[in-house]
Amino acid sequence: MAEIIIENLQKMFGEFTAVQSSSFTIEDGEFFMLLGPSGCGKTTTLRMIAGLELPTSGEIYLDGEEVSQRPASQRDIAFVFQMFALYPHMKVGQNLRYPLISQGMGRAEANAKVAEVAKILGIEGILDRPVGGLSGGDRQRVALGRAIVREPKAFMMDEPLGALDAEFREHMAEELRALHDRMGATTVYVTHDQLEAMQMGDKIVVMNHGVVEQFGTPQDVYDKPATMFVADFIGAPSMNFLTFAGSVRPGQDTVELDGATFGVPRQIGAAQGDLVFGVRPEHVGFDDASPYRGRIDATEYLGTTQIVTVATPNGDLKARIPSSEVVREGESVGLTFRAETITLFERSSGRALRSELNKEVVADV
Amino acid sequence: MSYSITDPSPRQKWFAGTLVILYALITLMPLVWILMTGFKTPPDSISYPPKVIFQPSLEGYVNLFTTRTRVSPDDLAALPPPANFAEEIVRNRDMVIVGPSKFGERFMNSVIIGFGSTFLSIFLGTLAAYAFSRYKIPLKDDLLFFILSTRMMPPIAVAIPIFLMYRTLGLSDTHLGMILLYTAVNISLAVWLLKGFIDEIPREYEEAALIDGYTRFQAFYKVVLPQAATGIASTAIFCLIFAWNEYAFAVLLTSGTAQTAPPFIPTIIGVGGLDWPAVAAGATIFLLPVMVFTILLRKHLLRGITFGAVRK
Repeated sequence: MAEIIIENLQKMFGEFTAVQSSSFTIEDGEFFMLLGPSGCGKTTTLRMIAGLELPTSGEIYLDGEEVSQRPASQRDIAFVFQMFALYPHMKVGQNLRYPLISQGMGRAEANAKVAEVAKILGIEGILDRPVGGLSGGDRQRVALGRAIVREPKAFMMDEPLGALDAEFREHMAEELRALHDRMGATTVYVTHDQLEAMQMGDKIVVMNHGVVEQFGTPQDVYDKPATMFVADFIGAPSMNFLTFAGSVRPGQDTVELDGATFGVPRQIGAAQGDLVFGVRPEHVGFDDASPYRGRIDATEYLGTTQIVTVATPNGDLKARIPSSEVVREGESVGLTFRAETITLFERSSGRALRSELNKEVVADV
Repeated sequence: MSYSITDPSPRQKWFAGTLVILYALITLMPLVWILMTGFKTPPDSISYPPKVIFQPSLEGYVNLFTTRTRVSPDDLAALPPPANFAEEIVRNRDMVIVGPSKFGERFMNSVIIGFGSTFLSIFLGTLAAYAFSRYKIPLKDDLLFFILSTRMMPPIAVAIPIFLMYRTLGLSDTHLGMILLYTAVNISLAVWLLKGFIDEIPREYEEAALIDGYTRFQAFYKVVLPQAATGIASTAIFCLIFAWNEYAFAVLLTSGTAQTAPPFIPTIIGVGGLDWPAVAAGATIFLLPVMVFTILLRKHLLRGITFGAVRK
């Protein structure tokens, strides 16, 4: 098992920059999520760690060793492909044995190892079956088995649940996470599904347009987004952005929205011009005493909670409130926000302003 | 209104079956005629009206494989009794066998040249197709077009330059010369067909092999080749059919040691009258290898020509 350090990693495809100067550290035994919309460079980053693409520049340290220009076969990393990529001309057992044979392992030893892995994954019964007729879940298990059988330094997974149907995905995600906890193997996992990333990851890297937007624990990324992109990408519904013109000085802990004053975490930096007031839907409350008012446009019933869309002087906003609260479309309501959860952004750059809330995760610019 | 796929009625099946059989009869007619003629006696083969029911004879096959000479009835009577059925047939025509014909040798030439050039075309074609499919190659599209463009003129248009070139290089009438020539003609077809097949094989299979600790070449022959077997088989059939049946270059460039069967078979006509049964016998034997080869690979061929249209 290994620690993986990525430093200034860059990949160009001709003129196109797929990954731009990324740096982050994946600690030993971590379940690490690479999250971002399609085309953001997350898969390219994963493939560079695995050795399927060679970086244009930058370093990859695997267990302290610089491996960025080494071929995949010399890195001792396992890869689970989105389409599983089981060798179609081999049976399940042969698929599992194949990585062991390449290491020169004897037949008896390899068979014992395959049996052991098959037991962990619950696929002992299908070892003699061709891979063609397997169900999605079994294919997934065989693909995982092929990855773990070799006991590699780290696992790379490229949207391994993407090819499964929604119902089964949930189940497989749990199985995957349990397997990881049991083996304690460093795992790098690519996904575009923010829920999956939050649910399974120890740490998340959020990428956009080849740039690492933020890197941290799911809680940090959710509560203390470093950029508007992250705030928008993570969470469903995503963070509300209320734009306002104003200025922020160090030490300030209130801002004014349309004449109403709202508390915010104590600010560390200074900014002025077009700013954005970011608040998560669950931190929006309705209080008729509040001077800041909006009109209810729509409600969406979700069982225990409901999502209410409110038109405010600073733009539309979604609130997640208990279903027991009765709201009617067209009604005017007063709004309150939980002050300690607010993140302010600079609108032009999309960066979060530093405050007591996020000073540990947001860099000084 | 809803539609569903229903099984054809017995009547539709009967109609379709009849159509197929009729069509097969029409297309198979020449083959059947050749097969029949091979087993006729020379008088039967040219009788008018043509004989459909006849007394089968092996005379054509005997004549194909032997050279014979006419002897006087007295000499014939003085000979010991015929040692085998072949001598008996020949003596009935007042002739004796003086040795084997060149057909066996020419047939072997065809086998060597046909299969040799097919192997070489497929070998080179697979490697080239793999490179074109997987690697970034400068001017890839232009190169592919250039390779295809070698097929845009009839090969025979360059017959005279090739004839002169082969004479200078000493490749005329050699197995190597013919193998190289047929390979040159087939290679563009092989590269294009195989590239299509290899393009269809997901890269992930090789990448999985690379990750599993195999080198690029190992990944190629352990993972890509088995996947490409279908495409290789159908391409091989096309290459073999061309090399096997090629006539014009064979006439022009071979006369002795490397002469293939196609230019040889018609020369039988010149020896001692129009021996149609011998020609037909030669044609029948000549057809067999391609037929056997195609039947052996037919499962792949059927899948091969529909490859890409239907996803597995």
